[in-house]
Amino acid sequence: MTTTTTTGDSVKAPVADAGRGASALRAQRRRKFGITLLGWGVALIIFFPIFWMIVTGFKTEAEAIADPSLIFTPTLESYVEVQERADYLKFAWNSVVVSFGSTLLALLIAVPSAYAMAFLPTKRTKGTLLWMLSTKMLPSVGVLVPIYLLFRDFGLLDTRIGLTIVYTLMNLPIVVWMLYTFFKDLPREILEAGRMDGASTFQEVWYLLLPLTLPGIASTGLLSVILSWNEAFWSLNLTTSQAAPLTAYIASFSSPEGLFWAKLSAASTMAIAPILIFGWLTQKQMVRGLTFGAVK
Amino acid sequence: MATLTLNQVVKSFGDTHVIKGVDLEVKDQEFVVFVGPSGCGKSTLLRMIAGLESTSDGDIVIDGQRVNDLGPAERGLAMVFQSYALYPHMTVEDNMGFSLKLAEVSQQERRQKVLDAAKILQLEPLLERKPKALSGGQRQRVAIGRAIVRNPSIFLFDEPLSNLDAALRVQMRIELARLHEELKATMIYVTHDQIEAMTMADKIVVLQGGVVEQVGSPMELYHHPRNRFVAGFIGSPKMNFLKVEAVAGDAQGVEVRVPGGDTVKVPVEGDEVAQGQALELGIRPEHLMLDDQGPLKASVSVIERLGGQTSLYVEMDGDLLTLMVDGDVTHRVGDEIRFGFEPGRAHLFGEQGLALASLERHPLASLTRQDNRAASTAEA
Ligand SMILES: Nc1ncnc2c1ncn2[C@@H]1O[C@H](COP(=O)(O)OP(=O)(O)OP(=O)(O)O)[C@@H](O)[C@H]1O
Ligand SMILES: [Mg+2]
Repeated sequence: MTTTTTTGDSVKAPVADAGRGASALRAQRRRKFGITLLGWGVALIIFFPIFWMIVTGFKTEAEAIADPSLIFTPTLESYVEVQERADYLKFAWNSVVVSFGSTLLALLIAVPSAYAMAFLPTKRTKGTLLWMLSTKMLPSVGVLVPIYLLFRDFGLLDTRIGLTIVYTLMNLPIVVWMLYTFFKDLPREILEAGRMDGASTFQEVWYLLLPLTLPGIASTGLLSVILSWNEAFWSLNLTTSQAAPLTAYIASFSSPEGLFWAKLSAASTMAIAPILIFGWLTQKQMVRGLTFGAVK
Repeated sequence: MATLTLNQVVKSFGDTHVIKGVDLEVKDQEFVVFVGPSGCGKSTLLRMIAGLESTSDGDIVIDGQRVNDLGPAERGLAMVFQSYALYPHMTVEDNMGFSLKLAEVSQQERRQKVLDAAKILQLEPLLERKPKALSGGQRQRVAIGRAIVRNPSIFLFDEPLSNLDAALRVQMRIELARLHEELKATMIYVTHDQIEAMTMADKIVVLQGGVVEQVGSPMELYHHPRNRFVAGFIGSPKMNFLKVEAVAGDAQGVEVRVPGGDTVKVPVEGDEVAQGQALELGIRPEHLMLDDQGPLKASVSVIERLGGQTSLYVEMDGDLLTLMVDGDVTHRVGDEIRFGFEPGRAHLFGEQGLALASLERHPLASLTRQDNRAASTAEA
């Protein structure tokens, strides 16, 4: 009954609105589709080399150097040969020890540093941070000779401790930077309230700072593990057999006897598999941590 | 027992001098309010008392002990922050009990103390919640509860109500006043809201640019502002100022010529006033009265009707004056009105805005909140 008494204006208005809403919705959907397509494209381009490597690992050497093809009978031949020539587990264990060890060490050093920089800044704090980052711009090879000599004189060549130290130093600037930004996002008053409540600096860090920035710390740690795991320059130059991690393991298959694509691919697949699985399991945490400040 | 003395306290951040020599005496169980415009150093001064900010010079003395070099916890104070600063990852109970946990108080005793504080603030049903699941007012109460649990010698509040809506602010104001009575604690409260200052304080400290402009009871600041700044800052709407010229001054008062040519004799000390000296006359809006025989004349430019009261804004010599008059006046914009004031209600400001002292002290000038209560219980 009431609809018959409504004026023309008020009937028309919602209809016009709905029309506009629908076309806006369509445009939005089209844009979303485009972005999705683009995202998939980029992802495929990034993933393709890895995919090809995995595929090649299941070919015979002859198939591997033949014209690229996806049609072949998969074989574990290369994997068997690879395992016969070198003990995968030994290299893998070295990788695990060195990347997690260096990450732990870096976090232990970086938490107090980042705390000091975030909450007790001085005039030079900004400069120190920039200087630390600038050390990452230096090519590693530039310091190869001094580091090599130091390692030789201290008996650190081809030791896991030596490699751990180098990786710690390598990642420290990034780890401090990331923790610094996460700490800086925490409202100061929360720590001040803690101090009023009687917390010592250690208690402040332990009960308040660490739990509250855990997502950030976790993603920093994950990134450090991944960077250490994938590092090749130092591992190739400072280790030979005892402490060699998986990156050295891969390199050992591009040997003087010539290139063996299938074996190299099989070795590479085995080397990156753990970190790929690790990254996949923790990706939620990574994304959450890296966008921590933005979405909080 | 908790007293606080500030002795020529100074704070500088590098070359920026924020607090420039503050002296203050806070008595036991007193409710002291710091007011002042934004950036005048209220928070800085409070944080220095708390121990969160170091002191560049001077002494901070609590209960007779110089505490400059003690950490925040050792001073035995508690602070309530404007942003509440609750620990987001802990429940209300853990938030309130955190200080006791750090002090290694047994879990049983801790729970008892938290429950006691929660009862005072009606927080019992919320103890298991995280701060995220609380409303602004509830968060504020938890922050206050956290302070109570510590049983501090002095409570410090930094604009604790400024994030709340108007109605809740009034409610919390009353609650805080009640809490002050109940806990018999010394409290220092920072605000830029002068209604909070007037209603809650035993003693108001007016700060400007890192300097104390005046210390006194609310009624004293209202009736006897020491200078033009305090006169303009305390009271709402703001005091009106008129440029006037001294005609004569003696021990009985100062005669000034107001715009329009009439003269008025204001009862303030006038021995020092020279004839022809430029002065400023200050009159509060509520003390200006419509009066057909009044010495002042102007036309109405804006009318604001609040119901019970009406504000008339009139222009006079380029200044906008405010009159608070009866709600039922029938004036309209553009009307010519005449108005006046009781000379005893007026203030005169001389060089550098300093007030000329009144000849008579206002009978309520020394009234404190305690007096208010004593009077009301006597009546009952
Ligand atoms: N760490 C600092 N370094 C330099 N200057 C500072 C620092 N902290 C505060 N100030 C300055 O000190 C002055 C007083 O600041 P404060 O926070 O005490 O003001 P306030 O009276 O509390 O103001 P509001 O009412 O806005 O809170 C401001 O001018 C501010 O810029
Ligand atoms: Mg402030």
